[in-house]
Amino acid sequence: MYRQSEIVNDPSKTSLLGDEGTDMIINVGPQHPSTHGVLHLVITLNGEAVKKVEPHLGYIHRSIEKMCESLTFRQFIYVTSKMDYLSSHMNNHCCAMCVEKGLQIEIPPRAQVIRVLMDELTRLASHQLWWGALAMDVGALTPFFLAFREREMINDIMEETCGTRLTMNYMVPGGVMADLHPNFQKRVHAFIDHFKRKIDEYDELVTDNIIFQNRTKGIGYISKEDAISYGMSGPAARGSGVQCDIRKLYPYEVYDKVQFEEVIETAGDCFARYLVRMKEMKQSISIVEQLIDNIPEGDFQAKTKAVLKLPKGEYYSRVETARGEFGVYIVSEGGTTPYRIKFRSPGFSNLSALDHMTRGQKIGDMVAIMGTLDLVIPDIDR
Amino acid sequence: MTRDELKIKITELLPLAIFEEGGEWLNVMIEPAEWLPFAQQLHDLTDLKFDYMFCLTCVDWKTHLSMLYHLTSTTFRHTIVVKSKLDRNQPEIETVSHIWRTAEFHEREVYEMFGVKFLHHPDLRLLILPEGWEGKNPMRKDFEDPVNMIKL
Repeated sequence: MYRQSEIVNDPSKTSLLGDEGTDMIINVGPQHPSTHGVLHLVITLNGEAVKKVEPHLGYIHRSIEKMCESLTFRQFIYVTSKMDYLSSHMNNHCCAMCVEKGLQIEIPPRAQVIRVLMDELTRLASHQLWWGALAMDVGALTPFFLAFREREMINDIMEETCGTRLTMNYMVPGGVMADLHPNFQKRVHAFIDHFKRKIDEYDELVTDNIIFQNRTKGIGYISKEDAISYGMSGPAARGSGVQCDIRKLYPYEVYDKVQFEEVIETAGDCFARYLVRMKEMKQSISIVEQLIDNIPEGDFQAKTKAVLKLPKGEYYSRVETARGEFGVYIVSEGGTTPYRIKFRSPGFSNLSALDHMTRGQKIGDMVAIMGTLDLVIPDIDR
Repeated sequence: MTRDELKIKITELLPLAIFEEGGEWLNVMIEPAEWLPFAQQLHDLTDLKFDYMFCLTCVDWKTHLSMLYHLTSTTFRHTIVVKSKLDRNQPEIETVSHIWRTAEFHEREVYEMFGVKFLHHPDLRLLILPEGWEGKNPMRKDFEDPVNMIKL
């Protein structure tokens, strides 16, 4: 690993002592369980207190934006599943919406409802994984297995309808790729019934746990102004009282027709961010319940041309993924491939606030702060 | 503010600003030298309050580079896109990382991918690319690399 060697070879850093003779520099990652992927953090410590955190990115950089420049408007959507692999439906959704915006395609009502259902199921699966991983980070191993038990049910539902369990590639310009599996409604009902009971168990086990609360309350505070300035979005920003749910602010598909609340907490610490995600899961369950028996009949895909050519211009569309605001900016020159694509990933902006949030905190609390930011590394590196 | 009101307000601030028609939001074209005072005004003025930068990027137009700043206000919910043309051989623009803190990472990314130099940036280094990539800007249109295939 080149970056590891870079630090070891620097004579001023080999002694592990920094400028003032009392600082210690440690490397967390790129292979470390608490970073949930190949994130490399160079942490400057004074005793146990964190003085500075410097993220070194790029271990999983695939230059997806450049790659997309040579893919057609149908093809590039498949690559985006591999960015935030826990929100792949939402990533695909956003890209499909951007292409539809350019071509002014109206998608059928059935496809709209299917898309929202899939998004919310993905959000549940993503939050479940986050819940298990966060609890594991702060020292509780059981929740990880519980979370995976429920997540498995969602993965099975996805597998039946989309054919894959993680990178679904189900949303295409004009609608969705295939119709729902006949078992879909039955399976979703079974999952919702099961999970509604289990989410109370989640609360009993972790939310009300005094050890967990001590580990997260008052830790990793970020104010509303700072959260906005750092461009944070999603549950991480809503924990600081920022109103930023794209589903509410700029409703897409059928989000303006379903009843749900934007969860906002104002404490700004790890526990507030935790509560936002827990309450968001209940909101997602409610959205799925409202829609699952009301899927309109009809086509699941609008008729589109075989070769898509976006008119010359710029298009931007955004969705709320499990981690926050995901945006796609497409510049088209009128051809079959995009001239330039920029993915605005929520993790990238959220990570930029990590240094600010951890200053003065204890090294042991780093994992709780990182855990509540819910970082997915391929989403940051792209 | 609506799009037209914003247009009038921006014309007051920058009489020479050019507006680009089309697109979802108001597009303002400015000179790189005007950017820093203009950005400060966009952020500070009580009736504008563009406090949330949700996207910062660059486009290589082969003849020049174009910086793009997508700004929105969490109070008024109006959005603006600021564009600035940069010289392709010596792209330079003032940093805004002290106004919108998120710009610090985004500018580092644009620096390594497009070679844009952000003046007075606190820590302008490579962020994603490994050491030794200084000066090679992979997101530029004329970049070719036979070893690390990025074209399909």
